[in-house]
Amino acid sequence: MIDVENKVARNKRFDGLFAIIGLLSTLIGMVTLAALILDLATAGLARLSPHFFTSFPSRFPAQAGILSAWVGTCLIMLVTAATAVPMGVAAGVYLEEYAPKNWLTALIEINIANLAGVPSIVYGLMALGLFVYQLKLGQSVLSAGLTLALLILPIVIVATREAIRAVPSSMREAAYALGATKWQTTRDHTLPYSMGGVLTGVIIALSRAIGESAPLITIGALTFIAFLPDSPLKAEFPFISFEWLFSPFSAMPIQMFNWVSRPQQEFHLNAAATGLVLMVMTLAMNGIAIYFRYRFRKRIKW
Amino acid sequence: MDLQEETRTQMTPPMRMDTSSLAAKTVAKTEPIFGVENVNFYYGDKHALKSINLEISEKKSTAFIGPSGCGKTTLLRCLNRMNDLILNTRVTGSIRLDGKNIYDPSTDVIQLRRRVGMIFQKWNPFPKSIYENVIYGLRIVGINNRGILDEVVEKSLRRAALWDEVKDSLHKSAADMSGGQQQRLCIARALAVEPEVILMDEPCSALDPISTAKIEELIHELKDTFTIVIVTHNMQQAARVSDYTAFFYLGELIEFGETGKLFTAPEKRQTEDYITGRFG
Repeated sequence: MIDVENKVARNKRFDGLFAIIGLLSTLIGMVTLAALILDLATAGLARLSPHFFTSFPSRFPAQAGILSAWVGTCLIMLVTAATAVPMGVAAGVYLEEYAPKNWLTALIEINIANLAGVPSIVYGLMALGLFVYQLKLGQSVLSAGLTLALLILPIVIVATREAIRAVPSSMREAAYALGATKWQTTRDHTLPYSMGGVLTGVIIALSRAIGESAPLITIGALTFIAFLPDSPLKAEFPFISFEWLFSPFSAMPIQMFNWVSRPQQEFHLNAAATGLVLMVMTLAMNGIAIYFRYRFRKRIKW
Repeated sequence: MDLQEETRTQMTPPMRMDTSSLAAKTVAKTEPIFGVENVNFYYGDKHALKSINLEISEKKSTAFIGPSGCGKTTLLRCLNRMNDLILNTRVTGSIRLDGKNIYDPSTDVIQLRRRVGMIFQKWNPFPKSIYENVIYGLRIVGINNRGILDEVVEKSLRRAALWDEVKDSLHKSAADMSGGQQQRLCIARALAVEPEVILMDEPCSALDPISTAKIEELIHELKDTFTIVIVTHNMQQAARVSDYTAFFYLGELIEFGETGKLFTAPEKRQTEDYITGRFG
């Protein structure tokens, strides 16, 4: 005879034990993040002022700011989003809705998953050879944006596919049964209904790209830059200019890296302040992603 | 083991249907619209339909009955080529719609599906307004004239016996309606493109008896204008709504004929066993 009562008691003890282990594991992650933010905040908060955002880097820590860095980051993100989002969504839609399911697409799928795990510096090396030297795009905003676009492309593709897969097949059947083509079904139903997931994936991918420094250093980001790229908007015809694409650039993580590597303690405070700004930007983007997911989930009921 | 024995002996006796009204039911002949000839269907290696031959008469309702996995839904989905969407399937033989094989490479599947509409087991309105649901089939062929669309919405919803319930909330979300209303909305959506044939894949299997009765009543009215093919698990329903009935078992068409005859004087032993509830 098995002593059932004892066994049940032991199982229950294990249940309680696991709850404690799980709670501790969760806390370690949370506490680390909190400590990180607190540390950055105590060191950098004092440096945050309007002046910090409107000044170029300087030899004097107290006068140095992140103007060229945040403008560079924004422009790079613009290029990244403008290229990675349409390409990633198109690739995701193709793989999920159009591609025949055979060994070739299976191979492509596995490789996209692998691609998401390639170290970012490898992308930097590839971009240096391809964009900077082969295509002669220079050490520019364009090269940087395209590099980061390649980096996040697999994330966008995977997120798109997952979002599309979550749309019940009964929606597709309903459209097909009315005589809709594949494109009409995708445009009117599959894609709109999966928009929440796609947007979430896009924003999370962009918030990864925003903090990348290794590939930007590889393709030649400047660490000291005292001018802004050419303005995209002009007073005279044709009012839009793309000169800025070919301008040299810096970015927030690069600026931060540069200041950290200086011996003067004051520059380290600047780095902490930059880190704080970057952190807030990333958290804000994640917040927007959560909001989108919530909004779209609420709106769509099957 | 004892327990099992007991339940078996306690099982209700085979259910008998009231077939007295059925025997008198006769059907006026019409032209066949679909001709299914020697159709075989495979899911991978699984042989799901075996040499099926039958004709579906125009402006009549035909029911496909049989136990789960007998192939009735598979055949239904062959009629508008919805099975094309399932990977790894294969079909041989021919299905003629007005004399033309719909599996011929020259067939335009889009055109076919506009002639042969479909209602699914689980209602599937789009997560849009009632109005947008009804007109989707028109939107995709570029009809955007407000007047035409309004007219089609009213006509289709009236035909689907839904107009009075929703005429004041046409722009509300379809998802807020009851299950029965949603299924009737799906019927209205299918009717809006003016198909010739409407395929119904167990349209009432997830509905309560009152909603089911409404849809059955609707089928009765629709079959004067449209050809209806309905798959059902419910034999009483088949007897109530259909003119012809086909009984499938394990991928084969066992018996096909006028509903009145099939339910009162089946020719095959298997059919009789099934309709009297001895198996299935």
